[in-house]
Amino acid sequence: MKAIGIILAGGNNEGRLGVLTDHRAAAALPIGSSYRAIDFTLSNMSNSGIGKVAVLTQYNSRSLKDHLTSSKWWDFGRKQGGLFVFTPYISSTDSNWFRGTADSIYQNMTYLMRSNEEYVVITSGDSIYKMDYHKLVQSHKEKGADITIAYQEMERKDLNNFGILETNEEGRLVSFEEKPEYPKTKKASLGTYVISRILLVDLLNEFVPQGKYDLVKDILLAKREELKIFGYEFNGYWNTISTGIGAYYKVNMDFLKKEIRDAFMNEYPYIETKAKDEPPAKYNKDADVRDAIVGSGTIFNGRVEHSVIFRKVYTGEGSVVKNSIIMEGCRIGKNCVVENAILDKEVILSDGQQVIGKSTQDLAILKKGTRL
Amino acid sequence: MRKKEMIAMLLAGGQGSRLGVLTRKVAKPAVAYGGKFRIIDFPLSNCINSGVDTVGVLTQYQPLRLNQHIGIGIPWDLDKKNGGVTILAPHVKGGDAGEWFMGTANAIYQNIDYIDSNNPEYILILSGDHIYKMDYSRMLSYHKEKGAAATIAVLEVPFEEAGRFGIMNTKDDDRIYEFEEKPDNPKSNLASMGIYIFTWSRLREALVEDREIHPDSDFGMHIIPKMLDEGQTMYAYRFQGYWKDVGTIESYWESNMELIKALPAFNLYEDFWKIYTNSDHQPPTYTSPEAVVKESLVTDGSEIYGEVYHSILGSQVVVGKGAVVRDSIIMGNTVIGENSVLERCIVDEDCVVGNGVHMGMGENVPNETKPNIYNTGITVIGCHTRVPDGITVGKNCVIYGNTQEEDYAEGRLDSGKSVVREGK
Repeated sequence: MKAIGIILAGGNNEGRLGVLTDHRAAAALPIGSSYRAIDFTLSNMSNSGIGKVAVLTQYNSRSLKDHLTSSKWWDFGRKQGGLFVFTPYISSTDSNWFRGTADSIYQNMTYLMRSNEEYVVITSGDSIYKMDYHKLVQSHKEKGADITIAYQEMERKDLNNFGILETNEEGRLVSFEEKPEYPKTKKASLGTYVISRILLVDLLNEFVPQGKYDLVKDILLAKREELKIFGYEFNGYWNTISTGIGAYYKVNMDFLKKEIRDAFMNEYPYIETKAKDEPPAKYNKDADVRDAIVGSGTIFNGRVEHSVIFRKVYTGEGSVVKNSIIMEGCRIGKNCVVENAILDKEVILSDGQQVIGKSTQDLAILKKGTRL
Repeated sequence: MRKKEMIAMLLAGGQGSRLGVLTRKVAKPAVAYGGKFRIIDFPLSNCINSGVDTVGVLTQYQPLRLNQHIGIGIPWDLDKKNGGVTILAPHVKGGDAGEWFMGTANAIYQNIDYIDSNNPEYILILSGDHIYKMDYSRMLSYHKEKGAAATIAVLEVPFEEAGRFGIMNTKDDDRIYEFEEKPDNPKSNLASMGIYIFTWSRLREALVEDREIHPDSDFGMHIIPKMLDEGQTMYAYRFQGYWKDVGTIESYWESNMELIKALPAFNLYEDFWKIYTNSDHQPPTYTSPEAVVKESLVTDGSEIYGEVYHSILGSQVVVGKGAVVRDSIIMGNTVIGENSVLERCIVDEDCVVGNGVHMGMGENVPNETKPNIYNTGITVIGCHTRVPDGITVGKNCVIYGNTQEEDYAEGRLDSGKSVVREGK
C-alpha cells in the first residue's frame, strides 16, 4: 500500500469544549492519563505503514506543535516521508486563514503534488480509535472506489452530531446527510476517508477556487452521484471528543474499562506518544487509589476513586478525588475534595479547597493554571 | 577533523556476578532499577545533562539487552550526526585473532582508534555500575583549573568502611600521592567512585606503554599507580551527593527501597537533571476498585488488582486479584498470579508467577550453592521464569527457567534451595 496521510487538526470545535480549548486545539487535548488526542491517529498512520503524514492545524496550535516537535515518537520516516505540520501562512497572493477542511488541504497543495503515493488517507485528529488503514485502502481498491468513507453503526442518542450514510447492498453510498435532525440510518461517518491523490488534487482545484471550502459538504456531497463513493464498516472502539465536554469526559472514563485499555495499550501495535520519561507513580503510605488510571511521575498521599489522573500530579494527605479528570502538573493540597470535576493542566488547589460538580453530567471545570 | 573537548567511555562489559541470577542473561548495566530505569540510564543521562554528547559504550558480557536498550541513543538525545552514542564491542583485528577486553584500561586501549577519531582534549571514563547524578562538566572545570593529567572523583566514606574501597591518599590540596586498593589500615577516607577524567594525550601514552607490561591492564591496579610513580599531577575531586554501588543483591534491594521513602535521599521527581530511559510505550497504570497500593512505586502500564505494600513494580506488571506483594521488586512484564503472596522477593523481567504461590516465607537459611550471594533472606527469580501454581518457596531461594510442578518436591522449595531449569 502506498499512501500518505492527512490529519485535520484544525479547530477548537466551535467552542463546544469550553475552557479546555481556550488555549489549545481539540486534537491536543490530553486523553487517558498519558496521551493527547492526536496520538491515536498519528499512531494509526505509523502502525499502518504510512510514513508521510501532514497535520493541518490553525487554531491555538502552539501546544500541538510543541507535542509534534519530533516525528521520532511515532517512528515516521525521515528521509522518505516524515511528519509535516502545516499552519496557514501569508503569501503575496493569499493571506487567508484556512476557511474549511478542503481549503486547508488546498493551501498545502504542494504536499500532495510532491508526493508520488497513490492514495491519501484523511482523518480527523480528535477521534479516538485504532484502525489499520491498510485494510481501509484494501477495501477501497477492491471496490474500485473513487472515495471510501469509514463508518460505524452506532447506538447513540446524538447521531445528529454526525454525518449519516445510507448505502446500498454493495456498500455504495446512496445518500449522505451532515448532522441531520432525523437520521435515516445509524451509520455514522467516522471522518476518515481514502481517495486517490490525483483525484483529490483535481477536486480541490475544481472546487476551492469557487469558494467551496468544506470537503464533505461542498465536494463529496456535490459529487456523490458522479463518483463511486463506498462505505467501509469499522467495528472497533471509536469515539470522538469533538462533540463536547460530555464526550471528552466519557472517552477518558472509558479507559477505566479493561477491554478498552487492552485494545489500545496492551495489544500490539501500541498507541505512541511523546516520551516524557517521568519516574514511576509513587503511592505514599496514606494513599488509597482505586479504579483509576495514573500517569507517570504522579505522587499520591490521598484518596482517589474512579478517576483519570495524568502525569506529575500531586495529591495531599486527606484529599479525596472522585469521578474526576486531573490533568498534568495539577497539585491538590491537603484535605481537598474534588468530585465530578475536570482540572485542566497545572491547577493548584491550596489545602482544604473543594471543587465539586453537581454530577458527572454537570462537571465543575477549572481552566489551565487556576489557583484556588 | 572532528574536535570534541571531552568524550566519555562507559565501561559496560562487566557481568556483576554478585547480582547472581539477575545478571545471568544481561550485563549489570542493563539490570532494571527503580521500576522504570536501567542502571546505565544514570551515567548516560549524566553525560547528556553535562553536555557530553559523544559516548562510547564498551560491551562484552551478554550485550543483547544493552544494545537494544541503547539503540541509536534516541532517549538520551544521543542520536547525533556529530558524535552521539557508539557501541564498542570486542572485535577481530587484522592478521591475528581478535581479543576480549582483558581489563578496564585494556578495553580503552583497544578502542584508541575510536577515541582518536573524535580528537578529544579530555576523556571521561565511567562505569555502568552506579546510581548517582553528577555534573561532569564541573569536574572537567576542576581538572582544567588544577592543570591535572588525571582527576579522580571521590566520595568521603566512613573510615570503618574505607577498607572496602579503592582509597586515594591526598595532600592538603587534594593532590593524590598514593592509591591503595582496599587497604587494611586506610590513611584516608576518600573512596574512588570509578569516575576519571584524563587529559587524553597523557592517558594515551600510559595505555600504550602499559600494554607491553600488562595485557590485562586495569585503571586501579596499573594505570593510576603508574602515572603516580611518574609524578604526574593527579587530583581528587570530592563529590557530594547520592552515589550507590548496587553490586550485591542486598545493596540493590536497599537502594531500590530507598526510593520509596516519602523524601528519598535520591530524588527522581525533579525536573532538573532528569534521568532518561528507553521505554516501549508509556500507557498509564491501573489500580482496580479492590486494589491497595501503599508506599510503592508503580511504573507505566502496570495493572493492579491485588495488594502492594512497600514495593517497586516495573512496567506492564500485573498483580492478580487477592495477591499480596510486600517488600519486593517486581520487574517489567511480569505477572503475579491471583492469591499469591510474595515477601522480600526480587522477580526479574518477563516472569509468570502462578496462582496461589507463596514466596519468601520460612527460615533465613543462606543459599546452599551460593551462600555469599544469597544470604539476606531475599529470594530471587531470574528473567523469563515460570513458577507453577500453588508452590511454596522459602527465603534465599533462586528460581530460574521454565520450571514445572515436578521441580518442586511436595510443591515446596525450602529456604536456601535453588531450582534452575536450563533451555529455552
